Amino acid sequence: MTAAISVTGLTKRFSGRTVVDAIDLDVAEGQIMGFLGPNGSGKTTTIRMLCGLLRVDAGEGTCLGLDIREQTAAIKRQAGYMTQRFSLYEDMTVLENLDFTARVHGVPERRARVAEAVERMGLGDRGKQLAGQLSGGWKQRLALAACILHKPRLLLLDEPTAGVDPQARRDFWDRIHDFAADGMTVLVSTHYMDEAERCHAIAYIAYGRLVARGTVEQVTAASGLSAAAVRGHGGPGLVDRLKALPSVETTTSFGTVIHVAGHDGAALSADLETLAEQGVLTWVPEAPNLEDAFIHLMAGSHDNFAGTAS
Amino acid sequence: MSPQDRFSFARLNAMIVKEFVQIRRDTLTFGMMVGIPLLQLLLFGFAINSDPKHLPTAVRDADHGTMGRAVVAAMQASKYFEITVLPETEAEVETILAEGQAQFVVTVPVDFSRRVLRGERPALLVEADATDPAATANALNALEKLAGGAVSRDLVGPFAGLRQGAAPFDLRVHRRYNPEGETAFNIVPGLMGVVLTMTMVIMTCLAVTRERERGTMEALLAMPLKPIEVMLGKILPYIVIGYIQVVFIMVTAKLVFAVPMVGSLWLLSVVTVIFITANLAVGFTFSTIAANQLQAVEMGFFFFLPSILLSGFMFPFRGMPAWAQVMGEILPLTHFLRIVRGILLKGNGAGEILSDLGALLAFLVVVCSVAIRRYRMTLD
Ligand SMILES: Nc1ncnc2c1ncn2[C@@H]1O[C@H](COP(=O)(O)OP(=O)(O)OP(=O)(O)O)[C@@H](O)[C@H]1O
Ligand SMILES: [Mg+2]
Repeated sequence: MTAAISVTGLTKRFSGRTVVDAIDLDVAEGQIMGFLGPNGSGKTTTIRMLCGLLRVDAGEGTCLGLDIREQTAAIKRQAGYMTQRFSLYEDMTVLENLDFTARVHGVPERRARVAEAVERMGLGDRGKQLAGQLSGGWKQRLALAACILHKPRLLLLDEPTAGVDPQARRDFWDRIHDFAADGMTVLVSTHYMDEAERCHAIAYIAYGRLVARGTVEQVTAASGLSAAAVRGHGGPGLVDRLKALPSVETTTSFGTVIHVAGHDGAALSADLETLAEQGVLTWVPEAPNLEDAFIHLMAGSHDNFAGTAS
Repeated sequence: MSPQDRFSFARLNAMIVKEFVQIRRDTLTFGMMVGIPLLQLLLFGFAINSDPKHLPTAVRDADHGTMGRAVVAAMQASKYFEITVLPETEAEVETILAEGQAQFVVTVPVDFSRRVLRGERPALLVEADATDPAATANALNALEKLAGGAVSRDLVGPFAGLRQGAAPFDLRVHRRYNPEGETAFNIVPGLMGVVLTMTMVIMTCLAVTRERERGTMEALLAMPLKPIEVMLGKILPYIVIGYIQVVFIMVTAKLVFAVPMVGSLWLLSVVTVIFITANLAVGFTFSTIAANQLQAVEMGFFFFLPSILLSGFMFPFRGMPAWAQVMGEILPLTHFLRIVRGILLKGNGAGEILSDLGALLAFLVVVCSVAIRRYRMTLD
């Protein structure tokens, strides 16, 4: 398999501040790569460098076999970029926007392709509506429709499902898998864990550094966490009591069930068992999830950051 | 009334501080706030001279006698006239006026001196380029006064009797191109250039900044568009709009002001395209510099102000001090005004407008290359 994206040491500085710090990224052709990380970690900046919207301060690499420094024009022709912020013309209709995009890309049989895109995205009866008047979710669909019009080989999607309802999100992801099945490579940034789990591989970036990479299983396994599902027997303050345990690093409430995770598996079991014996709770071991891993990664990289700063 | 509803100086103060912080951040706006009044002061205070002196004058002396020379010397002494060319033939005189090389042409006819001495009151012809009546009015008034006195010093001895009565020669003033001295003939064609300057610059000015402000620039840059494509794409539609304005002004000029349209309207339309494009390119260049739409408008205004004041639209070009004239020569409006007035009022053809057209084209080329260079293909 050839790499659709292959970059090493990708770095971006804004007025002296390193925002993307020597990132290495490889995405195989036809793969869906999830790009995760907290706000301001540099996801958008990285994507912009990949498609030639920002100059690269250091590092090198290729997109679709084209040099990201020198061959940006060629990359732009073969990549589709969906921006985080809606960036189509709000004072133009859905059809006018798609038509403009199709014209710029010199799409053959333009009308047919625009009609097809409208159909595919279910934008049919909104064609004449001004893009600015669409609701958030529909704007996202329009933006996706616009960036796949020219049948790009690489899709760069920056939080494409932010503010989209669950059904539409599901449709969105089904479509992304369709694209990948057609051989398109997709790099998609997201804050949703369920979306991350639908990716072939994920890359996690924090404070501009790539801190984890691989399949979901690899990333969770690499975190070295142990987890458990805890059920309380009434009585308030269980979450607080759990949080107070030295072996518990994260707690997540799901209705009556509390998911806890920590590094030291043995200590975690021991602590939970003590409470179980007191009749406060019952617990069963559980696989750690991606969220545990990320919260752990975030805390870790924050420490690194603070460590280097002082 | 609760205390929160009452006017609060603390809140007012907070607002004032915030505004100052914002103003200080926006250095361009701040510069404009200082720059515009300063510019106006400078221009109105020093540059504007509605009583232009040292107007270039051509003298065609077919007589080569003392009387003709005396008149010319008197004219020069009045400070209004400055002899710059000495044409030999009638054809040269025509060219000089058509191209605007001189504001006046004095023709001293053959045998002028002898006929003055014989008391025949020969004619002395002064042709004035009256396309801009304001530029010539005072000079012509002065001329009428000095004409009689000019030759009297030379009327001595037996000719002393000629000093009495009417002037010893007949001063004939021809106001060329605009015989009635109608200021509207001058202003209305000029207005076309002014309106185009104002609107065209502002329109493209906003074009790129709007993209940036609304966030659409990111999608635009992610598409395979070249800077020149973006630039032309932003310029061409406005040429049409400019043309609609031109047609409107021309129709008004004809129907309401009865402005003569002597020359070729085809030639005028060609020149107009170049002029409109030059202004649109200026606007585009501004928009690549301005951070937001407000700044873009301010920059457009900053360009408009000297254009209107130094181009010869508001005040006679020749009445301005040298530095202002140099500035004026750079502005496209200056050249466009000359061309429009030349074509409409003088019936100038391609030959006569060549140098001004060249200046317009040079301006266009320079501005376009700056715009292309400034236009960023990336977001940073
Ligand atoms: N044009 C710019 N000039 C200066 N700083 C910038 C610029 N663009 C981004 N930054 C900074 O770079 C950092 C990374 O921003 P980026 O938008 O890449 O984050 P992100 O991971 O996409 O965040 P989010 O999840 O909120 O979208 C931020 O601290 C941001 O303030
Ligand atoms: Mg982002």
